Amino acid sequence: MSARLGRAALWTAGVLVAAWLVAPTLVVIPLGFTDKVSLTFPPTGWSTRWYANFFGDPAWTAALANSLLVGVLVAVVATAIGTAAAFGLTRWTNGRGSAAASVLLLAPMIVPGIILAIGIYAVFLKLGLAGTLVGFVAAHTVLAMPFVVVSVTASLRTFDVRLETAAASLGAGRWATFRQVTLPLIMPGVVSGALFAFVTSFDEVVVSLFIQSPTLVTLPVQMYSSVTRETDPTLAAAATMILVLTTVLVGGGLTLAARRNRAR
Amino acid sequence: MAALLSPLSPSGPAAAATPAEKGGGSRGRARNRPFLLIVPALLVLLAVFAYPVAQTFVSAFTTPSPGTGNFAWFFGSPANVAVLTRTFSTALWATVICLCLAYPYAYLMTVASPRARATLLLIVMLPFWTSLMVRTFAWLVLLQDTGLVNGFLGLLGLGPVSLVRTQTGVLIGMVQILMPFMVLPLYSVMSGIDRRLLTAAQSLGARPLVALLRVFVPLSLPGVAAGATMVFITSLGFYVTPALLGSPSEALISQFMYTQVSGMLMWGRGGAMAVVLFAATLLLIGLLGLAMRAGRRGKAGAR
Repeated sequence: MSARLGRAALWTAGVLVAAWLVAPTLVVIPLGFTDKVSLTFPPTGWSTRWYANFFGDPAWTAALANSLLVGVLVAVVATAIGTAAAFGLTRWTNGRGSAAASVLLLAPMIVPGIILAIGIYAVFLKLGLAGTLVGFVAAHTVLAMPFVVVSVTASLRTFDVRLETAAASLGAGRWATFRQVTLPLIMPGVVSGALFAFVTSFDEVVVSLFIQSPTLVTLPVQMYSSVTRETDPTLAAAATMILVLTTVLVGGGLTLAARRNRAR
Repeated sequence: MAALLSPLSPSGPAAAATPAEKGGGSRGRARNRPFLLIVPALLVLLAVFAYPVAQTFVSAFTTPSPGTGNFAWFFGSPANVAVLTRTFSTALWATVICLCLAYPYAYLMTVASPRARATLLLIVMLPFWTSLMVRTFAWLVLLQDTGLVNGFLGLLGLGPVSLVRTQTGVLIGMVQILMPFMVLPLYSVMSGIDRRLLTAAQSLGARPLVALLRVFVPLSLPGVAAGATMVFITSLGFYVTPALLGSPSEALISQFMYTQVSGMLMWGRGGAMAVVLFAATLLLIGLLGLAMRAGRRGKAGAR
């Protein structure tokens, strides 16, 4: 009896925590479709005027375009560099060297964002990179790379190296072996790494707040400055779009990662 | 070249050894070749991570004038020390609340069916990746004086409580965002605990709750330590949530750093606070490492 009671209490606690993790964020979806000027929940009437407002306002559309562009570039650069690094780490036989390199590669995850933001801001001001596309891509790449390295390394750990030997014994060169044997097999890890890299860049606020310029503002920065100035439901519309896009991408990334685990 | 050819050689390690002996030099280069693949990543990290961070730390001692003036400024004013204490107490509260909520959740994950477990895991992972800005904005809407939470409290006959621009609001937002950092390490340790130990304890006469508290909980402590450290460290450096949900008069250290650097261009002061924050982070990681080692040694001794 008491065991069943304990189990019921445990499930109640678990469901409440789960609801508290997911539900509050979903409040932005109905708010984006309200017909009122204020952010009162629940809305009493519906309209799409705030989406029209979003796409009619050059400040929001430019921010969205910038975020998408930076995100795609970061995904490409971080995935290329991060995949190469993951390869190096798993194949490098010098244990101490590869341990040190992997600590350095994952360090951006541990150092508080605000410290990195101040440092990058100082260096970028000196080099004239603050507020430039190159600057944004470089800064976000550093933050996104650890996720690529972790994701690809996980794939490579389950990859059977003898397949490469077999390909080589059949006469394939290094590059052909990589393109036709290794890459297809670790593709789920590479793709989920790229998705995580895009989302990391797409969501990044703190560093972007420092290195933004009037000519280059990303979507989270635009949201941040709108929230601190005034709040109208356009913010909720923007939040809904970010929420849907990142959920779809991350859902895809997590599914790929799960498939990789099942394959093991 | 020898290394490339060796798989083609007819059979076995003996045959492969011959070309390796001949071309020892190129074999050595081949062994180091994987390192070359890490070089681009290391260069990016050095240029856009290590150098900027190091430069910030150096500026603490050199800008505007060499010496420890920035630290004297920081620790000399009670208001600044109050910011530091508030940052630590907020982080501590966030850690304690996270632990209380995450422990039953992670435990539930270990006893649930595989399908329920996957759902519970997804519920933790998805918010982890959901935009910080979106989630903070959602809390801002919910917690405002006319928001849903206050409307609900009004129904219960409790007057409107100001939640936005208070430490309570900051904690509510922070704890929700930090939960994955607590749940995941807890779950990974708990799922490794042999549940037969609980059965054994009960067969020896322990009531289920006693068995749980005296057998399971002590074994899960490494997870508690790892999760608590992760949550505490991450909350020390939180910027967006306290800046939007908190009150400017009750700033945390990261907000203070932002105003000093972005608003007042006091690079040295920002650098000094970065050193303090980073030192605290490293100290905590070091303590966790020591605690883990001691825990392992204790366990090995008990065996």
